[in-house]
Amino acid sequence: MPTIKSLDDLKKVREEALQKKKIQTESGKARVIVGMGTCGIAAGARDAMKAILDTIEKDNIQDVIITQTGCIGMCEKEPIVQVEIGDQPKVTYGKVSPEVARNIIKEHVVGGKIVTNHVIPL
Amino acid sequence: MKYYRSHVLVCQDPDCVHRGSKEILAALNSELQAQGLSGEVQVLETSRIGDCDQGPEIMVYPEGAHYGNLTADDVPYIVEEHLLKGRIAQKFLLKEDTFIDEELRAPSAKEIRVVLRNCGKIDPENIEDYIAEDGYMALAKVLTEMNPDEVIDTISKSGLRGRGGAGFPTAKKWGMVKSKTDPVKFITCNADEGDPGAFMNRRVLEGDPHSVIEGMIIGAFAIGASYGYIYCRAEYPIAVKMLNIGIQQARALGLLGENIMGTGFSFDMEVRMGAGAFVCGEETALIASIEGKRGEPRPRPPFPADKGLWGHPTNNNNVETYANVPQIILKGADWFSSMGTEKSKGTKTFALASDVKNTGLIEVPLGITLRELVYEVGGGIKGDKQFKAAQIGGPAGGMLSKDHLDLKVDYESLVGAGAMMGSGGLVIMDEDTCMVDMARFFMDFIQDESCGKCTPCRVGTRRMLEILTRICEGKGQDGDIETLEMLCDQVRSTSLCGLGQGAPNPVASTLKLFREEYLAHIYEKRCPAKVCRGLISFNILDGPCTGCTVCARNCPVNAITGERKQTHVIDPDLCIRCGICKQVCNFDAVVIN
Repeated sequence: MPTIKSLDDLKKVREEALQKKKIQTESGKARVIVGMGTCGIAAGARDAMKAILDTIEKDNIQDVIITQTGCIGMCEKEPIVQVEIGDQPKVTYGKVSPEVARNIIKEHVVGGKIVTNHVIPL
Repeated sequence: MKYYRSHVLVCQDPDCVHRGSKEILAALNSELQAQGLSGEVQVLETSRIGDCDQGPEIMVYPEGAHYGNLTADDVPYIVEEHLLKGRIAQKFLLKEDTFIDEELRAPSAKEIRVVLRNCGKIDPENIEDYIAEDGYMALAKVLTEMNPDEVIDTISKSGLRGRGGAGFPTAKKWGMVKSKTDPVKFITCNADEGDPGAFMNRRVLEGDPHSVIEGMIIGAFAIGASYGYIYCRAEYPIAVKMLNIGIQQARALGLLGENIMGTGFSFDMEVRMGAGAFVCGEETALIASIEGKRGEPRPRPPFPADKGLWGHPTNNNNVETYANVPQIILKGADWFSSMGTEKSKGTKTFALASDVKNTGLIEVPLGITLRELVYEVGGGIKGDKQFKAAQIGGPAGGMLSKDHLDLKVDYESLVGAGAMMGSGGLVIMDEDTCMVDMARFFMDFIQDESCGKCTPCRVGTRRMLEILTRICEGKGQDGDIETLEMLCDQVRSTSLCGLGQGAPNPVASTLKLFREEYLAHIYEKRCPAKVCRGLISFNILDGPCTGCTVCARNCPVNAITGERKQTHVIDPDLCIRCGICKQVCNFDAVVIN
């Protein structure tokens, strides 16, 4: 990224970032967001993350973006994994063990079916 | 029950009906029918959703999108955009700042996300994510359109006060440092969050580090500082990592360093790690620690605004204070001061802990009542027990009792009630909590963390802990309460820094609010909450006990004897009052006396 030398440069970076997001959404790509704050990691987010990456590699799943985020305030329900597919509303899962994480990838991300028993009703 | 993916509430208040909401209702139903959505979307007629001054108004859930100024002709657009394609129909949206979208939708309607708006939403390791959410726009505005006085003026008008505890007006602090003529000035951020059970700042640092970095750059511009330090405790490794990544990325983009955005303003910063001493949250100790000295406080004045880091004027604020700054610049002082009470503006993050159903990190407008915090945001007390007390403001804070449930949580009201805002620890206690034991717990923490520099804090807290421990062990003496009160007074008035001055608060406030518990411990040798081990005994009731032997098998000291199918007996001399027998008994036969 070039350095930001003026307000216009900053606006350009913002537009590009928003555009990138928009393209991802419109392409129907799935975004899997793992909460990797201290609370998440303490509850086993690293294991969930490993299981997700592992499943994606083993099953050769394409078009999935794996990303991380911080604490969303429900530390008791960690590890929390959020799934966004295209412009559908975001689904938030709680208490995601590696087993549940694999199910989320297989059933929700690939199969399009929400793993209902682990959804946090927001 | 039929499941609908969306609900559309249509206001049928006379005001809205007058403006045409009956037509909206009809148009909605026919349009949903036409798009084949009537099985998925439920339309409901309701009373007022908003003020009805921009009626007809509708609300679409689960997103909570509030639309207004509609005509029947607008309905097809909203149905197509929002209900068919899932996009918010921005042009009809009302009150943008109160609109909470799906991922931020808080468990309670009382919550507002200002400081925490990006937490759990953006990738903290990616500066682009922050910039996409209007990140660094406030900095650009400050550098290109405002001068330092205007920045301080805006913060002053917003009414922002320090979020670290005492609530000193932020703009006043900034103004004092700005007025110093020393060409070298520093800005520091207190990220040494150490109150037991409080981790609001950690969440901001880990989830949205750039909001703090941006707030600090703006502060540095306002006061004329050219270098900054974030003092973060080493026990927050992820926060430190995120901050370092954030600073590197900001530097790479030219948002930190020489000649930021071509405006001639230069500023850079670094993270300094604290080694875990609680006292380093006190600003003079924090400064000493950054300088590489032993983390001990020194007398004030001179205040850091006069002589701070290496003797130069220094501005020190809390993480949350800085995180508020970019939003105030972007959305304006009026927006910020519209939240909160007369003297306490904006929102506050709290770590809601212990005996409430929904524990976790919350952000609520100041002025919310304790009752709303406990019963609406917290969802009530676990096991539907009685609320007994709340401990607010960390170990140097104070207790609030049932009588304070309708107290407004703002700086002045809390001080008036003998507590303080603190950085945001909020421990809720139910009827099974012994207040003497709780006071002992906090005193134990304080005397352990006392740096030892001044005598009142070093010796006074130790003496208080000894007396409290004695009372909890059932060895309390006549006169103990009076000695405690005297010590509270002396330690508070003669200690060097805030740690010692605040140390007696938990004891003083429990003595005031729950004096009868102290009296019961000392004079009746009885712990009303049945917590203090020295004052309770476990017994097995003859009737309910079936002689199943489960308690005897689980007792760690073999204090329980009895034949199978016969009532068991606990030997009080062997019993260590661990309570395991009560936990494992399936027949509620174990009671505490």
